[in-house]
Amino acid sequence: MQEKVLMKGNEALAEAAIRAGCRCFFGYPITPQTEIAAYMAKRMPKVGGAYLQAESEIAAINMVYGAAASGARAMTSSSSPGISLKAEGISYLAGSDLPAVIINIVRGGPGLGGIQPAQSDYNQVTRGLAHGDFHVIAFAPNSIQEMCDLIFDAFDLADTYRMPAMILGDGMLGQMMEPVALPEPHEVSASAKPWAANGTKGAREHNIINSLYIEASELEDKVLARYERYRVIEEKEARHEEFMLDDAEIVVVAYGASSRISRNAVVAAREKGIKVGMIRPITLWPFPKKALADKAPSAKAFLSVELSMGQMVDDIRLAISCSKPVYLASRTGGVIITPDEILAKLVEIDGGIK
Amino acid sequence: MNKRITIFAGHYGSGKTNLALNYAFHLRKKHENVVVCDLDIVNPYFRTKDSVRELEEAEIRLISPKYANTNVDIPSLPAEVAWVFRDERMQVVIDVGGDDSGAVALGQYADDIKTSGYDMLLVFNKRRYLTSSSEEASEILRDIEKISHLRFTGVVNNTNLAKETTREIVLEGEATAKELSDHLSLSLLFTSFEESVDVSEALRYSKPFPIKIFRKPGWYIF
Repeated sequence: MQEKVLMKGNEALAEAAIRAGCRCFFGYPITPQTEIAAYMAKRMPKVGGAYLQAESEIAAINMVYGAAASGARAMTSSSSPGISLKAEGISYLAGSDLPAVIINIVRGGPGLGGIQPAQSDYNQVTRGLAHGDFHVIAFAPNSIQEMCDLIFDAFDLADTYRMPAMILGDGMLGQMMEPVALPEPHEVSASAKPWAANGTKGAREHNIINSLYIEASELEDKVLARYERYRVIEEKEARHEEFMLDDAEIVVVAYGASSRISRNAVVAAREKGIKVGMIRPITLWPFPKKALADKAPSAKAFLSVELSMGQMVDDIRLAISCSKPVYLASRTGGVIITPDEILAKLVEIDGGIK
Repeated sequence: MNKRITIFAGHYGSGKTNLALNYAFHLRKKHENVVVCDLDIVNPYFRTKDSVRELEEAEIRLISPKYANTNVDIPSLPAEVAWVFRDERMQVVIDVGGDDSGAVALGQYADDIKTSGYDMLLVFNKRRYLTSSSEEASEILRDIEKISHLRFTGVVNNTNLAKETTREIVLEGEATAKELSDHLSLSLLFTSFEESVDVSEALRYSKPFPIKIFRKPGWYIF
């Protein structure tokens, strides 16, 4: 374990990405994630990597496509409106089976919205990121240490399953500072990507990276093969954390910043004698359905706590097959929910189920 | 340290804002007219304006960008800033944005600041990644001086690891801060630490400056 240092979320993400072997970063500034690009601008040249401030978000994601196609570990980052702009490129990455990491430090929306923290891109990342049949693996860290650790997993899983992975942070996680133990750098072998378009050296056939298929049946086969991989991912890669869950009658479901706030509310509710626990999704896709389904029989109600308008509620209902009521406690638009607001909701639910 | 203007500058995240606030409260014990001037044009979330209530209660004036803490992401500074350099009754504490990019805002007032007389303090935190050594901190110092057209006059040891700060961490920071100040031929003025981490007796090269941590209201995440 290395000596702990104090880091801001955004710079920790950038440094961890470099340590995970990322040597190509293309970005465009937007609050509240600008420090990622600023950090990369300073550090990449020192580690022999490439940093480029693109002329737009769209250019940046397409540069990621090029670098990923050549087998490099490539990354871009943005905040909500910028991710919408990158959406087309992310669909092309998925359609070309290219691994890449995209960071979204979410701010209030829709439209230009605001610069304060939000979680209102949940639906976007778990469903409608862009056109076509595809998924991205979405990680939702809730501490700066976890952001550092998950970025390694994001790169590794993106490579393993040949698909884009996203770290969904929020403005709060991007901007706050915490002590972290930075993970040790790890070596990435270029030879592990036999599909990469990195020069035949006259020794093999050309590798072609492409998302256009002339025959419908050929495209269908590609999509079906991809969905077979998605099925494996849903089975193997869903992650969550449990807190005071064993005897819980009300289950709070919260991720990222709102899970930290919820934790305070869970403790406060326990002090009032209300049996509350929490399931914190660490991956949003795949959603930790099994953990919720397993808990459903002994739970009386679920409460989704979000900095968005109930975007996670349907996933909770689906995971528990609508077997128990699912309530919502939320603030949005960049307003941060307080533990007291969550506690009030828990007291209200508890009153109703007795 | 008895100039009318005190500037806190350094790496972003080194603790400038918190230190500037504490220093203003410290000055207020002796002076009637204390003003905190927020020249941070780079940090969107954590700013002196978060502590506006405490400052008002202590009758410390705050001058901050008009749109601080709103969704207007525009680095405009109020005209009042120019006034504080002219009014000689004022004790001015300036909180500068991080790194050289944050110091851009300072540069335009350099002539006024020089005329009034100033102390510019480099805030050093050994536990901040990439500025933990004397060499790295010197590099930041040179970048800031170049952009601000002002010279640092002293070093402050603000070494901390947030909630995990220990006595040893502060003292280790003090030793490196001493090395840094010697290397720069500046004096190491004081070591700041949260009141609960009592190291006053153990400091070897600097005066103790116990501080209070000002937290952003409404963010119950810690």
